[in-house]
Amino acid sequence: MGFEKFLFYIFAAITVFAAGMVVTRRNPVHSVLYLVLAFVSSAALWILIEAEFLGIVLVLVYVGAVMVLFLFVVMMLDIDIASIRAQFIRNLPLGLFVAGVMVLNMLLILGPSNFGLEQFAKPDPRPAGYSNTAELGLDLYTTYLYQFEIAAVILLVAIIAAIRLTLRRRPETKYQDPSQQVRVRKGPSRVRLISMPPERTPRPVPVAPAPAATNDNKETAE
Amino acid sequence: MIALSDYLLLGAVLFSISVAGIFLNRKNVITLLMCIELMLLAVNMNFVAFSHFLGDASGQIFVFFILTVAAAEAAIGLAILVVLFRNRGTINVADLDMLKG
Amino acid sequence: MENVYLTIVLAPLIGAIVAGFFGGVIGRAGAHWAASTGVGISAFLSLWVVGAFIWGGAPTFNETVYTWMVSDGIRFEIGFLVDRLTALMMGVVTFVSFAVHIYTIGYMADDEHNWPEGSRAGRNSYQRFFSYISLFTFSMLMLVMSNNFLQLFFGWEAVGLVSYLLIGFWSVRESAVFANLKAFLVNRVGDFGFILGIAAIGMYFNSMDYAEVFARAPEFAETQVALFGGVSLMTLICILLFIGAMGKSAQVPLHVWLPDSMEGPTPISALIHAATMVTAGIFMVARMSPLYELSTTALSFVLLIGAITAFFMGLIGLVQNDIKRVVAYSTLSQLGYMIAALGASAYAAGIFHLMTHAFFKALLFLAAGSVIMAMHHDQDIRNMGGLRRYMPITWMTALIGSLALIAFPGFSGFFSKDAIIEAVGDSHAFGAGFAWLLLTLGAFVTALYSFRMYYLVFHGKPRMDEHTRSHLHETRWVVTLPLIALAIPSVFIGWMTVEPLLVNNWLGDAIYVKPEHDSLRHLAEHWHGQKAFILHGMSAPPFWLAMGGLLLATYIWWFLHRSRPTIDEELQAKSGPVGRILADKYGFDDFNQRVFAGGGRAIGQLFWGTGDRTLIDGGMVNGSARLVGYLAGVIRQMQTGFLYHYAIAMIIGLVVLLTLFVAL
Repeated sequence: MGFEKFLFYIFAAITVFAAGMVVTRRNPVHSVLYLVLAFVSSAALWILIEAEFLGIVLVLVYVGAVMVLFLFVVMMLDIDIASIRAQFIRNLPLGLFVAGVMVLNMLLILGPSNFGLEQFAKPDPRPAGYSNTAELGLDLYTTYLYQFEIAAVILLVAIIAAIRLTLRRRPETKYQDPSQQVRVRKGPSRVRLISMPPERTPRPVPVAPAPAATNDNKETAE
Repeated sequence: MIALSDYLLLGAVLFSISVAGIFLNRKNVITLLMCIELMLLAVNMNFVAFSHFLGDASGQIFVFFILTVAAAEAAIGLAILVVLFRNRGTINVADLDMLKG
Repeated sequence: MENVYLTIVLAPLIGAIVAGFFGGVIGRAGAHWAASTGVGISAFLSLWVVGAFIWGGAPTFNETVYTWMVSDGIRFEIGFLVDRLTALMMGVVTFVSFAVHIYTIGYMADDEHNWPEGSRAGRNSYQRFFSYISLFTFSMLMLVMSNNFLQLFFGWEAVGLVSYLLIGFWSVRESAVFANLKAFLVNRVGDFGFILGIAAIGMYFNSMDYAEVFARAPEFAETQVALFGGVSLMTLICILLFIGAMGKSAQVPLHVWLPDSMEGPTPISALIHAATMVTAGIFMVARMSPLYELSTTALSFVLLIGAITAFFMGLIGLVQNDIKRVVAYSTLSQLGYMIAALGASAYAAGIFHLMTHAFFKALLFLAAGSVIMAMHHDQDIRNMGGLRRYMPITWMTALIGSLALIAFPGFSGFFSKDAIIEAVGDSHAFGAGFAWLLLTLGAFVTALYSFRMYYLVFHGKPRMDEHTRSHLHETRWVVTLPLIALAIPSVFIGWMTVEPLLVNNWLGDAIYVKPEHDSLRHLAEHWHGQKAFILHGMSAPPFWLAMGGLLLATYIWWFLHRSRPTIDEELQAKSGPVGRILADKYGFDDFNQRVFAGGGRAIGQLFWGTGDRTLIDGGMVNGSARLVGYLAGVIRQMQTGFLYHYAIAMIIGLVVLLTLFVAL
């Protein structure tokens, strides 16, 4: 058992443990943090088999962006954990049974007898100076250019969709509309001059001297 | 020496755990989303492993795309979740039975 | 010539279309001008064609105008076969039709009184009526001018349809609707036989064309059909075709619709149910003479049916009180004479009687219609009497018609009816003796009921109420002109045409008679001119019986009736069971009503109640809907609406598939 194998088992154990914690923790915040752990250890596993670029991307993009997004949402929403966990135990046997059957099935197919070293030998290590990033970049921008652009569009759609979904306009919010402001031109849209005859209100018979005085004031002001 | 089967089995175990997670946390949409992320990770694990052992970089390209889609999915999923919470005041799946015929 | 024939056929059709579809636009006058002009053109050209055959020696015309389709070697065509028989029919049909068109202008003038206030059907009824009678003329011409069985069938059904429309013309009267449905259904029975006959011809001859079928008919004279233990093909075809004729020409037992058809307006009773359409059966059998001559069985059947109809239907006429029904039963009886003539192979005599009958029966009906108009649509002869003084033209023409009907010597009916009775007497067919007896006695009955009606209507004291009596007057010229126009041939046509038709075999190749069946030969061999024929007829029993009937009728309803105005009712009351049987019309109506109509309704009720409502509606339609609804209700339980249930179902499905994949 070489050092690589040892590292593999360490990280595999961490990944499986973290995954197990993700699905069993009561608190979603903990779950998210364990998920981060699972991703990080997976990234290590990927780097172990020379997928350095993806390992880095997984940590940077996934852990750095998506998982943080999860954290935000989880913390932002007020989740009633107690009601959510109510049926956890009741569902446990079925979940374990289905998972067990699945593992058993996959073990039968994916086990060492079919995919062991005899069938798939360990490839030769890459020569020095080999860049996984460069190779992926070459492939991505030549062979898979269109798919790459489609992926870009998908991300754009996701951005717009997420914004559109969560955006809401509160009627009580006061804000300025710069485009309206810029569009204002000199002239009638800015100032309106109205010629109108002077208002002639019949002078009311003064009941008391004080209100009469205010009336006079108003008229002069206009 | 790490064998291909090691990675594949790890992927299988991860996948099964997330399936079990879906069963266990059926009431919690956020955990469900996380389980789905975990599933995608398991799938990615297979892609990376095959890519390495077959010496073909295309597998890693696929992972790249899956990551893209997963990110988009997570973003939209969470956005829906936020809207849901805003409109109904809960994300308890038991309350979300509008599909009922 | 083709253009002439096409014009003859199409002019009434165009008239019908114009009057029918544009009646609202062109108005009443426009409608009767359009229809009458169309039929007038047709009548003029038809008479010209008849003239061409009489004096010009025109050749037989047999050509196809249009081929509809060819299927398995059978050609379905529209074509005209115009020979002397057709020309004669065309002349009769268009002439009577034209007269009826003119008459209708007067008869239907105030038709709006027959409709309820504000009825939509009544608004254009005048125009519609003209459209129908023109359409009828077209259909009848198609029928008689056809050169193939398909077109014959078309015309056959088309006249049936128009007859249906016209019997039920006053569709707001329940009795009219009942009568037209009855006519339609009874004719269906006949047409069923008719179309089976045509189908048998199509099956064996593989052709619809008259000429081909007639030419090849002798080949099949001995053919047997495995039906009812072996029947001669010709007998089968002829009897099936004759069943059609029984329906259309109202022979026992399919006669029941004709008396009821009197619910229609009188002009169509004259045109359709007396002069032309009902003679389609006689024409058809005459046209098919090459087939009928091959089957003595069928001929005897025809003879007996005709003779039975002639005598027994005449008897019913004695007890009818509705003026039109009396004439209707006399029509049935006269049709029986024609059919009997056909059965005795005296086709020429049958056609001859058809022609004379068309004139004098149309005349009688139109005269009856004139009386009805004057009586404000009261048709009961018990309420009439003494009309002679108020309506001289109607009276004279009705008298002429009645004399022609009872075969008074010299009138047209005398020649034709006497010839028929002679021919049946000379026939050697099975049952000819019996038939001769019935026909001879029929002459007595005919005279009796004809003059009973005549005396009750035109003589004696007026029995109508004061209001009607004060309004009695002769009808308009459009009514009396056709009466006069028909009275002239009713008197003279027999004298003029008896010699060529019966003696000189004017019809020629149009009909075929086997030499050993030729019952008219005796008459032809002993022909010494019309006067000798009249003198000979006056020494024969039919004449004496007719005169006896006439005298008896005069005694009872003219002489006795003066002192005892209730003599008619008293006689009917005294006649006991015989009178009751006659009043019940031998129970045919009751029988049909109970057995066929009642049975049909019961079966319909059964099918509707059990089959349709319970099984199909309840079981299949609503049942399947309810089953689907129930199943959906069960399956709906699975649709909880919870997303995770669907997700779990998906995952379990995935696991099961995976397990299957691995295990297999």
